[in-house]
Amino acid sequence: MELLVASGVGVATAVGIYLVLRAQTFPVVLGLTFLSYAVNVYLFAMGRLVVGLPPIVSKTAQGYTDPLPQALVLTAIVISFGMTALLVVLALRGYLETGRDHVDGVAGTPEDVP
Amino acid sequence: MNHWIIVPVILPALVAPFIVAAARYDVLLQRVFGIVASAALLAVTAGLYWLASDGMVRPYALGNWPAPFGIILVLDRLSALMLLLTAVLATVVVIYAAQGWDRRGRHFHALFQFQLMGLNGAFLTGDVFNLFVFFEVLLIASYGLMLHGAGVRRITEGLKYVAINLAGSTLFLFAVGLIYGLTGTLNMADLAVKVPLVPESDLALLRLGGALLLIVFAIKGALVPLHLWLPGTYGAASPPVAAFFAIMTKVGAYAILRVYVLIFGGGAGAASWLAEPYLLPAAAATLMLGMVGVLASRTVTSLAVYALVGSVGTLMLAVGLFDEPAASAALYYLVHSTFAGAALFLLADLVARRRGGAGDRLVAAPPFAQLDLLAGLFFLSAIAAVGLPPLSGFIGKILILQVLADQPCWVTLWAVVLVGSLFALIGFARAGSVLFWKCLADQGRPEPDRPTHDTAGLCAVAVLVAGPVLLALFAGPAMTATDATARQLFTPQRYIEAVLGSRVDLAGTLP
Repeated sequence: MELLVASGVGVATAVGIYLVLRAQTFPVVLGLTFLSYAVNVYLFAMGRLVVGLPPIVSKTAQGYTDPLPQALVLTAIVISFGMTALLVVLALRGYLETGRDHVDGVAGTPEDVP
Repeated sequence: MNHWIIVPVILPALVAPFIVAAARYDVLLQRVFGIVASAALLAVTAGLYWLASDGMVRPYALGNWPAPFGIILVLDRLSALMLLLTAVLATVVVIYAAQGWDRRGRHFHALFQFQLMGLNGAFLTGDVFNLFVFFEVLLIASYGLMLHGAGVRRITEGLKYVAINLAGSTLFLFAVGLIYGLTGTLNMADLAVKVPLVPESDLALLRLGGALLLIVFAIKGALVPLHLWLPGTYGAASPPVAAFFAIMTKVGAYAILRVYVLIFGGGAGAASWLAEPYLLPAAAATLMLGMVGVLASRTVTSLAVYALVGSVGTLMLAVGLFDEPAASAALYYLVHSTFAGAALFLLADLVARRRGGAGDRLVAAPPFAQLDLLAGLFFLSAIAAVGLPPLSGFIGKILILQVLADQPCWVTLWAVVLVGSLFALIGFARAGSVLFWKCLADQGRPEPDRPTHDTAGLCAVAVLVAGPVLLALFAGPAMTATDATARQLFTPQRYIEAVLGSRVDLAGTLP
């Protein structure tokens, strides 16, 4: 299980970094999504991987899983989800206004030259 | 517990949604609430500063959950200083923005209050994950503020700003996860206790976590090579927003001071002074890049942007030494450079609006209204930004040169600071003479059709410029205060006892 989770995080991070470095906004958004997936799984795994154990105190529990990373991950998911939505809107707006989805927008036109 | 400690977070958090919900279509009402809330925040933070000046570290346990388990806010001299600085800048900027910039888009005042909430929270929190959350709050608000007024340039630059900060947040989470996985805590005081106990086999991972955090804070502080987002973002943002963002780079400096002195400081065993080897070279490069940028600027805004980058470099040079006198010098320079940087952005706007077609470009243009007054203010802020006597930039730079003199490579560092200042001097002198003198030489009389007198805007800039003047006049008391702040920062024992000791007290009162 450890190998699976670790390589999953690794592959998602690698894919994310590759996509973030692309020049079009759509791959960049996808890349950031992959990165946030990777970091969410990673944060989750930082409470150590266990199967079938409760996070909350109960009388019948054999052991516990760490509840804190789960709370952290919940916060992180909400934040990254909202941010990605904003980024998509921005990318769309930029595309509609400039007619291109290059991350540098209208590079080379007089407006960008200071 | 003193409940006033949480007011700087609660007040903007309540005012912002109220403005959105109740004053949505009424700009006048928004202005009233925005300005009154900022002024109230100023009063509260001044009170907190006075409270913290007795040298005690005051923890505030939210929901009365004891320290390492619940989230905790901590008021000490450093956080109180940052809160007060933020509130002063916010009040000035919000008054300036109420002169018209807040009409260029919607929800300026609401976003501004949310930004204040994030900043105040980041300065107060005593928990690393909570720091992440408040960073996100201030970033989300800053995305909105940066895009305020829209336009193609703001949207394309805003996209990059959001993207790099999203990547930075991901890095922050990786670092937080790593540190939590190794120590089992995210409370800063508890981390300071647990970091030295990390077994040797995990040390490499711990150092990696610390280094990742440093990258995140360097993105916030715009240190070379992570500065690339700043010139575009600040240059494209509306001037009051850019002026307020002058405090944003200081958030990075604050976080570095807090985390790398308290958690990865002298008491951290094998992970001691983790940030020290990286920060000095990056700071020197930032300083040089900023000052060369000033020299190469073709607009007043770009001049302000690169002066800000250079001032971050100067500030980080002192922060990067990680000792008490250097931190005191850094704090003095931090306060100074926030005012000087913000004043330049607002001045650029005042000048650009009066020059019509020429805008803020450094080309000769016909004379404009209130030329002499603006020239005087520009002169003063240029002196402050370059670091010439008699204003506080000079004192700050002397202090920083003094602490750098103990370094083995002091010749190089002095050369960087002094040559950088020379570049800035040339850049500002050229800009000032083009803006205010060349127009007189070109054409005789002012154009009659653009007499824009706005007293409030000028007063806002004058207040900001008064910052360095007052800092220079009262340099003695100011330095006594920064000395005391640095001393408190470099005795983390008191912080740890105040935060974790309260756990014992609270546990005693529980039934």
